[in-house]
Amino acid sequence: MSYHTDTNEGAEYLLMGNDAIVRGALEAGVSVASAYPGTPSSEIIENLAKASADRNLYVEWSVNEKVALEVSFAASIAGLRAICAMKQNGVNVASDFLLHVALSGTRGGLVLVHCEDPGALSSINEGESRHFAKMNEVPLLEPGDFQEAKDMTKWAFDLSEELRSIVMMRSVTRLSHASGNVKIGRLPVPKTRAFFSYSGPMLDPETGPVLTMPVPPHHALLQEKIRKAAEIFEDSPFNTYTGPARPELMIITCSACSLYCREAVHLLGAEKRTGILKLGTTWPLPPKLIRKYLSSTDTILFAEEVLPFMEENVKVLASEMASDIGIKKFYGKNDGTIPMINELNPDILVEAIKKILSIDYTAVDPAYAAKAKSFVSSMAPVRDLTFCPGCPHRASFWNIHNALAMDARSGFVCGDIGCYTLGFLPCGFNTMKTSHSMGSGIGIACGFGKLTRFGMDQPILAVCGDSTFFHAAIPALVNAIHTKSDVIFVLLDNSGTAMTGFQPHPGTSFDAMGNGVIQIDPAAICRSMGATVEFADPFDIEATQDSLLRLLEEKGARVLIMRQMCALSPEKKGKKKYDVSVDQAICVGENCGCDRLCTRIFRCPGLVWDFERGAAKIDDVICAGCGVCASICPSGAIKKTEASG
Amino acid sequence: MKKVALLKDPYNLIITGVGGQGNVMASRMLGNALACKGFYITIGETFGVSQRGGSVMSHLRISKKSAWSPQIPSGQADVIVALEPTEAIRVIASYGNPDVTVLSNTRPIYPVGVIAGELKYPGIDEIRAALGGLAGTVMFINATEEAIRLGQPILGNVIMMGAVAGTGLIPFDTDDFCAVMSESMSGDKLASNIEAFERGKTLVRAPKSE
Repeated sequence: MSYHTDTNEGAEYLLMGNDAIVRGALEAGVSVASAYPGTPSSEIIENLAKASADRNLYVEWSVNEKVALEVSFAASIAGLRAICAMKQNGVNVASDFLLHVALSGTRGGLVLVHCEDPGALSSINEGESRHFAKMNEVPLLEPGDFQEAKDMTKWAFDLSEELRSIVMMRSVTRLSHASGNVKIGRLPVPKTRAFFSYSGPMLDPETGPVLTMPVPPHHALLQEKIRKAAEIFEDSPFNTYTGPARPELMIITCSACSLYCREAVHLLGAEKRTGILKLGTTWPLPPKLIRKYLSSTDTILFAEEVLPFMEENVKVLASEMASDIGIKKFYGKNDGTIPMINELNPDILVEAIKKILSIDYTAVDPAYAAKAKSFVSSMAPVRDLTFCPGCPHRASFWNIHNALAMDARSGFVCGDIGCYTLGFLPCGFNTMKTSHSMGSGIGIACGFGKLTRFGMDQPILAVCGDSTFFHAAIPALVNAIHTKSDVIFVLLDNSGTAMTGFQPHPGTSFDAMGNGVIQIDPAAICRSMGATVEFADPFDIEATQDSLLRLLEEKGARVLIMRQMCALSPEKKGKKKYDVSVDQAICVGENCGCDRLCTRIFRCPGLVWDFERGAAKIDDVICAGCGVCASICPSGAIKKTEASG
Repeated sequence: MKKVALLKDPYNLIITGVGGQGNVMASRMLGNALACKGFYITIGETFGVSQRGGSVMSHLRISKKSAWSPQIPSGQADVIVALEPTEAIRVIASYGNPDVTVLSNTRPIYPVGVIAGELKYPGIDEIRAALGGLAGTVMFINATEEAIRLGQPILGNVIMMGAVAGTGLIPFDTDDFCAVMSESMSGDKLASNIEAFERGKTLVRAPKSE
């Protein structure tokens, strides 16, 4: 039985945080779900898509987060419940629309789940999107464990309908991608009829047109919703306290950090001295509840990730209440007790609490720790991130790197987010020199391309993936073509959103639910805008480098589509195209004039160095059989033959 | 629910390896098997970069009482299962203690820095000595070699999980493995997984493995 469809109320599953969110949405009777993939949020839509047939859902991977929110919003104002998921920086993309949704209000429950990545475990930022809730005057919830992730998701829809406001719910990697026991609840019959009522009075929230104008009355209404939310939050079961009535130290925490706090207090044996106030409703804060707990002690520690969001908001309330509750001693991020970067963990909390309460505790014997650390530095070689064996990006960057080296005008590559971001590392031959938000490679390149009048004559390339192309690269490419910017736009087309698990995008022929959809051709889009478009197979080293060298001689906006399927693509089914081997009789090792080009420079994990024989060799367990290395060995020692079967 | 005891509560197990070795699958399988037996299980894992050559780690907390932090505190691991031997060293340095039990696969996966000749990869005897000086018990298992012998190198993780069962340290055995695996596979595939699991069990029962 799958947790998506199990109607056995009270059954228990070991669920990832994201699965718990999925179950919560299903228990709320959600009808529409939309998202753009991004770690650690992607499993939400993937799993709702699995339930789509059984539960009569419409589930889509949208072209970007802003459109995803627009799609979910439409369902809401047609009276259905909808969920929209994204990673932290997705909220930045959706934020313009979010501002207006807050102001216009919603009808059917609308929940925006943003899964954030403190510590940037799989991101190129550790952005905090909780501030968008405060900035746009939207209620914010943060589940503290797996059961809450489910229960709170379900409640978020009720809250949204009660307030007629979108509700934001924030998860983090250590909840979304962690797993714990979850008891499931009842599955309702979802609404099946959508209808948009718009003929009522202008300001009628249920029957009028849905606008933000006139702005001041809408804004007043929005602020009334936030006041009401604060009242509701006073009694929320998601704000919990564990500890003595008058603790020496009160820890105010939220999200996964509440688990770290509990663990730290347990390790220190400080249960009788410490209270943990875990807030599930972090914006707006419920003032009476805060007053009650601030009154119970004089010493407060804040534990949250990443910025001091809750800390600063509690301090505002504390200063308003100071004449009643007295002056408090606060520990947290602003005084440096807790770091303001990176994710937290139980050890950070142990250090903070033991310092504040003067507890003597040593986690690990220092002599043991020192010995272990010395073994790591001498015996556990660092595992730099690298492209997978058989990854087309290694070949693409090899071609770009070599073409730019031959061109010799200090050319460079602007990139953005995707597996190909690793192009800035040795595995991409350090070819990528800028990397920012989705689609920004071509935008930045477009700007560089207009600097010729200031004497800039370096060739400029931009790369982006096929999913990113649709997400945010098109407007920048329009700009580049329109302004006759001198750039080469390289589309690294590996046939899917590879980094996050092969979600479909507008260039693929199927949707999230597996249905056929209209496939949009990036080449046709580029041509229709007036760009010349060429194709190359990055595994064909010679032809690709020839194309690049020719394009480097030309002016204006040029498009090169490098097309080769991701090595991990489900379509490849793990089959090798070539059997690759090294003829160690031909490989002359260190004596070859190539300076071990194959292993020192090309660095594919499947092509290793045989230290005993002083020659290259293929690791058959790891090699993906792309055969590219056979083209780079100057001695012709690497052989490839078509794989049998 | 069967009555089963834990040696410690929470009991902390770390499975480590390199992206693509089946780390996440192993932790979920074990977690599901134990959750079915009535334990609270918390699994923390880092897999955003798992397919891109990085070190991967799953933290598994087993408890009769509650969920725990998805990150194990420093020095609190009870068992470390390493699908790659140098990863055992990396993990024991952060989470080890003199009583920890280490089960390590013997087959190296070279980091690109080693392939490039910039970094040195230690010999298995050096790794053995280092782990021996830090852990209570160390068992080396030729999991990948055994899996190749079974015709499927990818089953190295299942052999390692069989080895975990063989130690008897946690309430987890072939029946539990079969129950979880049969939910997602059947026929020959299930049979080869069970064969690999059983092989893993025998490898720790043999005197000090290998």
